[in-house]
Amino acid sequence: MLEVSNLIINYGGIQAVRGISFEVPSGKICTLVGANGAGKSSTLRAITGLVKAKSGSVKLDGLELLGRKTEEIVRHKITLVPEGRHVFPDQTVLENLKIGAYLRKDDLEESIQRVYGLFPRLKERSWQQAGTLSGGEQQMLAVGRALMADPDVIMMDEPSLGLAPIVVQEIFDIIRKINEQGCTVLLVEQNANMALHIADYAYVMENGKITMQGTGHELLEDPKVKAAYLGTTGR
Amino acid sequence: MSASYFLQQLLNGLSLGGAYALIAIGYTMVYGILRMINFAHGDVFMMAGYFMIYSMAVFPWFISLPFVIVCTIVLGIAIERAAYRPLRTAPRMSVMISAIGVSYLLENLANYLFTAMPQSYPQIPALKHVYTFGDISVSRVTILAPVLTVILTVVLVMVVNHTKLGMAMRACSKDQETARIMGIKVDSIITITFAIGCGLAAVGSILYFTDRNTVQPYSGSLPGLKCFVAAVIGGIGNIPGAVIGGFIVGICQIAITAAGYSVFSDAFTFVLLLIILLIRPTGLFGEKATQKV
Repeated sequence: MLEVSNLIINYGGIQAVRGISFEVPSGKICTLVGANGAGKSSTLRAITGLVKAKSGSVKLDGLELLGRKTEEIVRHKITLVPEGRHVFPDQTVLENLKIGAYLRKDDLEESIQRVYGLFPRLKERSWQQAGTLSGGEQQMLAVGRALMADPDVIMMDEPSLGLAPIVVQEIFDIIRKINEQGCTVLLVEQNANMALHIADYAYVMENGKITMQGTGHELLEDPKVKAAYLGTTGR
Repeated sequence: MSASYFLQQLLNGLSLGGAYALIAIGYTMVYGILRMINFAHGDVFMMAGYFMIYSMAVFPWFISLPFVIVCTIVLGIAIERAAYRPLRTAPRMSVMISAIGVSYLLENLANYLFTAMPQSYPQIPALKHVYTFGDISVSRVTILAPVLTVILTVVLVMVVNHTKLGMAMRACSKDQETARIMGIKVDSIITITFAIGCGLAAVGSILYFTDRNTVQPYSGSLPGLKCFVAAVIGGIGNIPGAVIGGFIVGICQIAITAAGYSVFSDAFTFVLLLIILLIRPTGLFGEKATQKV
């Protein structure tokens, strides 16, 4: 279980996140949806230790994560798929997967096969430089690389960014599958429609605050959410 | 020009080039990981020369050699900790200015501690042994330098390309933030990079000074600049490129001196830099950005 309470993040004089609290129960998919600049990415980055939070607390199964270094936080089986994919472009697909398993000392073969099972396209391109993959394939690689760490909690920052709708669908199917295999997922998305459809529980962020919350389906039906994030008709 | 004279000069060029190559690797590796030119690297090389002088006064040569290498590594790591690490989130230009500051600091420190008088570099009999083939006479260090350089380069390239440490180094050089998410301790990797660079500079300094006999506080500045040029010629960030650049600069310098234009030998290095930058701005083996198809 990941518990965030009263998290405040400042950039210079600007308050990006203004005291938010939420939780991600083990084995569930939770999502933070909201517009650009709502503070969603900052929240994920603070949980991972990439930006410093001003105050608050982030607990993973009771362990305080705030104030620790990123490289130490990821040792506790929590990982981030960064926004914009950030695969290592000059390394091959296989090398990228191996970097994902940097902290592990056991045999990787089983995990590699698991990732290839989820993403057959990566297997075909195993020896290709990651920089030459298409955007969708890079996103798959970024997710696969994160899975190589064998995480209990996987956080994803805008996995649908800049991808064709059909690829987005594919990625979301995989997210669901990863979750069914036992991984807790915290998803940050602007594509509220997709995110709410797969989420067990969802939080809407606006201007650094959580303004609404509920199960994915509750929010899909909520008139305010419909108007602001899904278009008036919903879907 | 006789064949033996040519061969003699070629060997001298390879020897000087080998020493330059080892120093150039330090520039290129640090650039690869921090995207900054470590202007203090030439002065670390000079300090390694003094370490050898003082260590040989106490220890026999076979203890002095590893001792000097260790001292130089410690110096390099200390510089990184004190002058570069606190500026990790600062703009790159600040780190570069800090490096120039460290360079002056080391030169003046050496001036103060060891005086500006050139001091004679200890001669290691095992390295100074002279072989004679017909008209050619070469010392053992002249032959050893290029051979050792090639061996060390091959080992280093293997480490960078085929070990977990190398994988982490390559990851850090591309994207430090993502490397952190993978659990890589970026600061440790940077420390190791400095350690390797300075260790090689120490080996380079032993090869270089054994053939040149004296060390003074500014011994490192011109060779340092030339090795930086070598790294740029080879394509900065690229280890084999730096080695080839080192050999090119070394051989050209000896060739020009041998042709009787020794006044221009230093200037030529920088002319070479200008030419390379005009024709291939990223150097001979410079990083090519991967194109997305």
